[in-house]
Amino acid sequence: MSALTDDTLPMTPRAMRDEMIVFAVMATLLAAVPFTGIYPFFVMQALCFALLACAFNLLIGYGGLLSFGHAMFLGTAGYVSAHALKVWGLPPELGIVVGVAAAALLGLVTGYISIKRQGIYFSMITLALSQLLYFLYLQAPFTHGEDGIQGIPQGHLFGIFDLSKPLVLYYVVLVGFLAGFLLIYRTINSPFGEVLKSIRENEPRAISLGYKTDQYKMLAYVLSGTLAGFAGSLKVFVAQNASLTDVHWSMSGEIVLMTLVGGLGTIFGPVVGAFVIIAMQQYLAGFGQWVTVIQGVIFVSCVLLFRRGLVGELAHLLRRSL
Amino acid sequence: MQALYAQLLVGLINGSFYALLSLGLAVIFGMLNIINFAHGALYMMGAFVAYFLLNLGGINYWWALIIAPVVVGVFGMILERTMLQWLAGLDHLYGLLLTFGIALIVQGVFQNYFGSSGLPYSIPDQLKGGVNLGFMFLPIYRGWVVIFSLVVCLATWFLIEKTQLGAYLRAATENPTLVRAFGINVPRMITLTYGLGVGLAALAGVLSAPINQVRPLMGADLIIVVFAVVVIGGMGSIMGSIITGFALGVIEGLTKYFYPEASNTVVFVLMVVVLLVKPTGLTGRAA
Repeated sequence: MSALTDDTLPMTPRAMRDEMIVFAVMATLLAAVPFTGIYPFFVMQALCFALLACAFNLLIGYGGLLSFGHAMFLGTAGYVSAHALKVWGLPPELGIVVGVAAAALLGLVTGYISIKRQGIYFSMITLALSQLLYFLYLQAPFTHGEDGIQGIPQGHLFGIFDLSKPLVLYYVVLVGFLAGFLLIYRTINSPFGEVLKSIRENEPRAISLGYKTDQYKMLAYVLSGTLAGFAGSLKVFVAQNASLTDVHWSMSGEIVLMTLVGGLGTIFGPVVGAFVIIAMQQYLAGFGQWVTVIQGVIFVSCVLLFRRGLVGELAHLLRRSL
Repeated sequence: MQALYAQLLVGLINGSFYALLSLGLAVIFGMLNIINFAHGALYMMGAFVAYFLLNLGGINYWWALIIAPVVVGVFGMILERTMLQWLAGLDHLYGLLLTFGIALIVQGVFQNYFGSSGLPYSIPDQLKGGVNLGFMFLPIYRGWVVIFSLVVCLATWFLIEKTQLGAYLRAATENPTLVRAFGINVPRMITLTYGLGVGLAALAGVLSAPINQVRPLMGADLIIVVFAVVVIGGMGSIMGSIITGFALGVIEGLTKYFYPEASNTVVFVLMVVVLLVKPTGLTGRAA
């Protein structure tokens, strides 16, 4: 039915073991980054986007729902966290909680509006909703319009960890990312995840088996939005600002691009995709608008030539699920 | 009251663009099962072709009205032949992603050469000035845009709903395999349909050039509004697209007068209201 994944493999103990090995390697490599001389700011930024792309992938790769407005969760959580930290003076952990709660609430509201419509309409509705929010944030006083919220205090997490120290911040972001990643991994392999996949493959059949598919899709959507919001709140500490670019449709496009490059419906694909795209933006920053053109070319070539994405192609070659 | 009428006119003009663009989206979706994200970029290309014709070739607005849709239509047909046709049979979302990529490329290239600021395109001499209607002053060009767009929309509706060619087209939308069995070249019809839809977008671009200036990103935000229009009206009916397009333009114009802060969000808010009241959209077809 769906063309998303033409070779979905059943979850075997071996596949599970492979994935845990890859996860361990990934976690070790990321934990070693501060000792390699790689610019940590870059990696922290990439980690936030990787979590965002993983959250997005939960929805499209396993639920078959293409949200073209996922930047609204990133931006909303970012603005709310930033406002909570700077204006209300909340400690970091509460700032994150407030931001994530805002994203979850947004997920409930926008999900209620959009989830009943199928396929392409769902994408258009989510895009339109995120554009609506973009204009609201452009006009709302607390976001400071074009300037954004700047100079956000990083503070002490749980009163202990000084987030203004790059090394501490790095490990906090890493732990946040790994926790989010594991939560998504657990969700995908839970009974809930299996039902979600069955809806992706054949929704009428899932309905005929007695599943209330709208409720499953809604839960996946809210979960995905909440985790995307978590990425947005973490990003506030890294970038120390919250601005309109995070809510813009081009950001939603980038999230889609990262996931597509890495591989829709693969576990590690979005992480790889996020690092590739962020690195590309970093190195090509001097080329101005050509970056947009290159992103477009990647979109086109991914859709036409490598629909499985980098990790998906690798998994196909190795006949493993990654 | 003057200001109210002026905003209503602006609304009608925006409505013309919404109608022309959502019409093209609906026609393309019917045949190709693709939501053409590149529609906004191709609308922008239409305006740029008119600009080049005038400034490089000295070819005036009237010729541009014909040439630009043809040039962009041919460009669209090349896109369809070289890329879009390979997506037949795949999930809808790939069409959206591919055309989004095309939009990024086209807009990026134009931005690279022309920046983000607007290039002026003057109103043709024959349509300069205005008439006093007693209750308001009507700039002739603006009146022309509304009436001409309406004529083009109705002509497209006639072509699809009332002619032999349109009957083939509608039949191929319903069941392409069966229509092919009757000896009709469906792939060619698909290509021509894409060219037609894209040509309508380019035409809207030429019409808007003297009003909104020619900018690389002129279609980028517009296409999202048009998506909302399409969600409200549904893509099942041609007349539905036309009426929804104009109606939303007028509502937007009224909002600009009564509550200007909401003017750029009103279409999205209406979309939300429609979805809450009637989740399948106004035309009521489930999709």
